[in-house]
Amino acid sequence: MKFFELIRFAFGAIIAHPLRSGLTSLGVVIGVAAVVMMTSIGLGAQQKVSSAIAGLGSNLIIVSPGAARAGGGGGFVQQGAGTGLSLKDGDAEAIGKQVDGVTAVAPIVRGQAQLTADGANWNTRIEGVTPAYLVARDLTIASGRMFDEREARQGRKVAVIGETVARELWGEADPVGKRVRVRSVPFEVVGVLASKGQSGFGQDQDDVVLGPLQAVRSRIVGRRIRGDAVQSIYVKAASDDILDRVQEDVTNLLREQHKIRPGDDDDFSTQNMASILAASQAAVATFTVLLAAVAAVSLLVGGVGIMNIMLVAVTERTREIGLRMAVGAKRSDVLIQFALESVALSLIGGIIGLAIGVGGAIAIARLGSWPAAVPPWAGPLSLGFSMLVGLVFGAYPSWRAARLDPIEALRRE
Amino acid sequence: MIEIQDLRKVYIMGEEEVAALDGVNLSIARGESVAVIGPSGSGKSSLMNILGGLDRPTTGAYRFEGEDVGHFDDDQLAEFRRRRIGFVFQSFQLLPRLTALQNVELPMIYAGLPPHERRARAGDLLDLVGLGPRKGHRPTQLSGGQQQRVAIARALANAPDLLLADEPTGALDTHTGEEVMALFKQLNRDGLTLVIVTHDPEVAAETNRRVSFRDGHIIGDQQGAAA
Repeated sequence: MKFFELIRFAFGAIIAHPLRSGLTSLGVVIGVAAVVMMTSIGLGAQQKVSSAIAGLGSNLIIVSPGAARAGGGGGFVQQGAGTGLSLKDGDAEAIGKQVDGVTAVAPIVRGQAQLTADGANWNTRIEGVTPAYLVARDLTIASGRMFDEREARQGRKVAVIGETVARELWGEADPVGKRVRVRSVPFEVVGVLASKGQSGFGQDQDDVVLGPLQAVRSRIVGRRIRGDAVQSIYVKAASDDILDRVQEDVTNLLREQHKIRPGDDDDFSTQNMASILAASQAAVATFTVLLAAVAAVSLLVGGVGIMNIMLVAVTERTREIGLRMAVGAKRSDVLIQFALESVALSLIGGIIGLAIGVGGAIAIARLGSWPAAVPPWAGPLSLGFSMLVGLVFGAYPSWRAARLDPIEALRRE
Repeated sequence: MIEIQDLRKVYIMGEEEVAALDGVNLSIARGESVAVIGPSGSGKSSLMNILGGLDRPTTGAYRFEGEDVGHFDDDQLAEFRRRRIGFVFQSFQLLPRLTALQNVELPMIYAGLPPHERRARAGDLLDLVGLGPRKGHRPTQLSGGQQQRVAIARALANAPDLLLADEPTGALDTHTGEEVMALFKQLNRDGLTLVIVTHDPEVAAETNRRVSFRDGHIIGDQQGAAA
């Protein structure tokens, strides 16, 4: 009852000086808006990185030739291009046969190639793969079909193309059954991949041609890769929780296959997508916390502004305080009135700041390529925090008001 | 109603002790109207602050209806002022942001009266002091006399036992001052105990009893109408 009246007194005082109240709240407005925007952008970046890594395929282990080099710092391990082609078809076969809990093993070779078809030209990535590649990368066929194991083994020149390639070469026409020359080698298009859009790393995932491993290796990228060497082996584990075990088994098996003696370094490296994801998530999270901390400093500055104005208000309204005491207000009534005023000032700033922060995050997401995701706790947390700021920085001015001597206060001009 | 025995109030001014009140004995009965007179620095303001529960005596006893007000703590004094005392100040002390009605409501808010009750009572009190048509005016829209009437209505809000007025006509012209004094006399006739601190002999002459102060002592206590 009386508490409600004290809230009314607090808002009455705030409304009495709209400009001053607005300027006082501005510090909190900026602070909260900055915190909300920074955490939203941070969360957006985190989601972008997650989807980028998830886009490579879930539960994936990538085996690359050459030893891992130190200094990657938890990111992707550097890999010497074209050197140390230590991985062979046989390695992939052995993994598929001897490691438990593996749903797909996909050896791969890559190249860049000029395509020509019906007078149109397009330069794109070409990947020599086996049908298991679709499973490993979580890809699906939109129309037509994937080439099968038999075709792949026989080195038949068939291809599955991405949507971008299809559009660039044939426009809206159905490319299935059409012929395309890849570096002058004719291939028959048998299927089109379902669109995956832009990858998290900014690459168009639909700008690709998949061909059978044998054919692509011997006819397209043969100058760099000879015999039965492959550039990567994608290993998909059956589930998330056996990923580490599968990675270890793959490593042990390959050491055996490559006859590496105990104590010697591996001539290949394995990367576990889950641990890369965790590492990059942690990096982004650290960055976000840092940004939010910087933004929180401006919230503290806003709090100091509130304290300053509240001290002015207490001095200005000394006579009012004396009068309230004379007509029966207890010291605690005065204390609560001024504390509420300070909390209300800060909370108003927090509400406006939250609105600006959310609006700003959405605007940034819409205008730029940078994603933003407002975390669900942004609302309650920023409002709670701005109330806390009001309470902390209003405490001293309110205490000063409550400690006034009513006689002195009434006499003040 | 009021019993004061051997009351002393000592202020420390630098290294010196100044006794604003130096052994004051005074009793005031219910329904009296008393003028406390004396030059400035005589101790009459100190007496008023103690009577009103704004200050505590250094030594001596102050009893109000048998309650030992002299030894109340801050919260007890706040409640004492709210229930027992109505203050009228020389400078009115109205809150400029509030209307006349809201100013009168203020003490009742601290008494915890529900809004409709205190609004009705504040309206009645403004009618009583003759400001019925100006309930929604703010202090700046009212003349000095009108402002002092609002202040009197506010002092009456919680039906006090004692009305304490500190130079209530000091900021008013003679004519308005007389009107305000007439209002005080009427309230006193209706049974309200009245203590007016003043150095204006004409104001003092309107009361039934005049207590004179000098240097912290009572030097005169004259009963009955002024000569």
